[in-house]
Amino acid sequence: MSLLDVRDLQVDFGRRHIPAVRGVNFSLDAGQRLGVIGESGSGKTVTALAVMGLLPENAHVAGSVVLDGQQIVGLAERGLARLRGNTVSMVFQEPMTALDPTMRVGRQVAEVLRLHQGAESGPARERVVAMLAEVGLSDADRIADAYPHQLSGGQRQRVVLAMALINSPSLVICDEPTTALDVTVQALVLAKLDEVLDASGAACLFISHDLAVVSQVCDQVLVMLDGRIVESGTVEKLFTAPEHPYTRGLVATARLDLTVPGQRLPTVDDFYAGGDHG
Amino acid sequence: MQLALRLARRAGVFLVSLLGASLLIFLVTNALPGDVAQVLLGTDATPEALAELRAQLGLDQPLAVRYLQWLGGLIVGDFGSSHLNGQPVLGLLAPRLAVTLWLVLFGVLGSLLIAVPAGMVAALKRRSWPGFTISAAAQVGMAIPVFWGGIMLVLVFAVWLHWLPANGYVPLLRDPAQWASHLVLPALTLAGVQAAVLIRYVRSAFLEVLNEDYYRTARAIGWTPMRALLRHGMRNAAISLVTVLGLQVSSVLVGAIVVESVFTLPGLGTLLITAVGQRDLLVVQGTVMFLVLAVLLISALVDLSYLLIDPRQRTAGGAR
Repeated sequence: MSLLDVRDLQVDFGRRHIPAVRGVNFSLDAGQRLGVIGESGSGKTVTALAVMGLLPENAHVAGSVVLDGQQIVGLAERGLARLRGNTVSMVFQEPMTALDPTMRVGRQVAEVLRLHQGAESGPARERVVAMLAEVGLSDADRIADAYPHQLSGGQRQRVVLAMALINSPSLVICDEPTTALDVTVQALVLAKLDEVLDASGAACLFISHDLAVVSQVCDQVLVMLDGRIVESGTVEKLFTAPEHPYTRGLVATARLDLTVPGQRLPTVDDFYAGGDHG
Repeated sequence: MQLALRLARRAGVFLVSLLGASLLIFLVTNALPGDVAQVLLGTDATPEALAELRAQLGLDQPLAVRYLQWLGGLIVGDFGSSHLNGQPVLGLLAPRLAVTLWLVLFGVLGSLLIAVPAGMVAALKRRSWPGFTISAAAQVGMAIPVFWGGIMLVLVFAVWLHWLPANGYVPLLRDPAQWASHLVLPALTLAGVQAAVLIRYVRSAFLEVLNEDYYRTARAIGWTPMRALLRHGMRNAAISLVTVLGLQVSSVLVGAIVVESVFTLPGLGTLLITAVGQRDLLVVQGTVMFLVLAVLLISALVDLSYLLIDPRQRTAGGAR
């Protein structure tokens, strides 16, 4: 049985039931890494939040999301809270604002431990510092005592990563984890993510609009467009033989090594001008 | 270093405001029509007798001289004496200050005890009936005048139920139980009215937190919504709430003055109202000066409290 099984997931918002996700099916085995690609508004973040049970109150969810044998859709808040941070954890896009500005980051990481394992503060501190070192923060002891505003974006995202990994969850959801970072830091954080995921054996649902980033971390990829999955397969297959015109557009824009100097850069619209997109 | 500079600047602002306030208070009280000589001698006094009394009280001196005399006294802690009965103003103020302080202290604490939990629930349950009920109750509460609220409480708890005294005051040291029972209704009146105003601010401060990324992070690591708010929302919301509290101080004091007259508490408010009626200017000036001092002190404390609440306000070097 797979770790995560999403069947006919549908999400819409508000009284007018504006659809965001329209019938999504996929599954994820333990330790597997699945990338979800799509532009903003394609429903990839909504899908991730549905797996976390973290959708806003005005969302209507239908279908089935089974995580580790447990149905998430319709599960009460208490049951969801027990899973979050323990079985499934999430790394968000904005490292600058994802941490509580009034609390030392070490305490924030320790909180994840204490919340699910009731660890005492002594050993918790040691484990926090070890975890911070593991995600690549040198001088982890000092950083544990720092407030978020004293850290750089890359350092903060590593702290968030440490929070997501410290309870050894079976699934880590990363929602554009490196988009807000500058390119050099992005590469370092991705390499570290790859490494710690390998070490912990956790599965990963990796959301991005950037095919190049996804191909660094994932083996399998889903392409989402307007709330539907339009294509899925291995990263190689997507790069070599994209089927859907939208995917062809994505691949073309990601393969800048194939562009001819002086020529106009390819855009997705050259390949796919579907639906409500100009 | 930067911190020291900030503290010094704050102290400077405090002193300048105090000086400005003293000038303003002096000018406004002296612009009041009528004077204490008229009050003392009655309406049928001869102009000669009035002039003689004014000279005796020093009221015939030019304004500037009288201001400087008063200010000089203030600096060395001498608030002058009542024109009416010769009692030193400070001696009149001290026992009454205690009454007002207790009232304001319990009123503010009470309003926080009501408004913080209520505002949190109003924010968290904004789409369901508990949220609606609290917001509606706060709106109604804001429309209730302080004096009417006080009278209603007296009616219910003193007149009908006989649980608490309707008015008067007993000093803490004489009889603590009596002291407490006399303070319950006045403090509750003040707290209720303030809470109605505060709930809206608390609600919007927590609504802001609900939209913050760190709140979503807190939910994502396994806090339930209420616990995430308590754990990570309280301190962040406090940053904006403290500002509001600082701004509310003057309205709390005004409320306290009204509450004192409703419950006939011998506080600063009743002293002030009597002294204005009798044109006992030095008492009026002294009392208002004390109230201004309280407001300025509290707003200075508010400024400093940011340093405690928000680590970003401390400078980068000194934060560890």
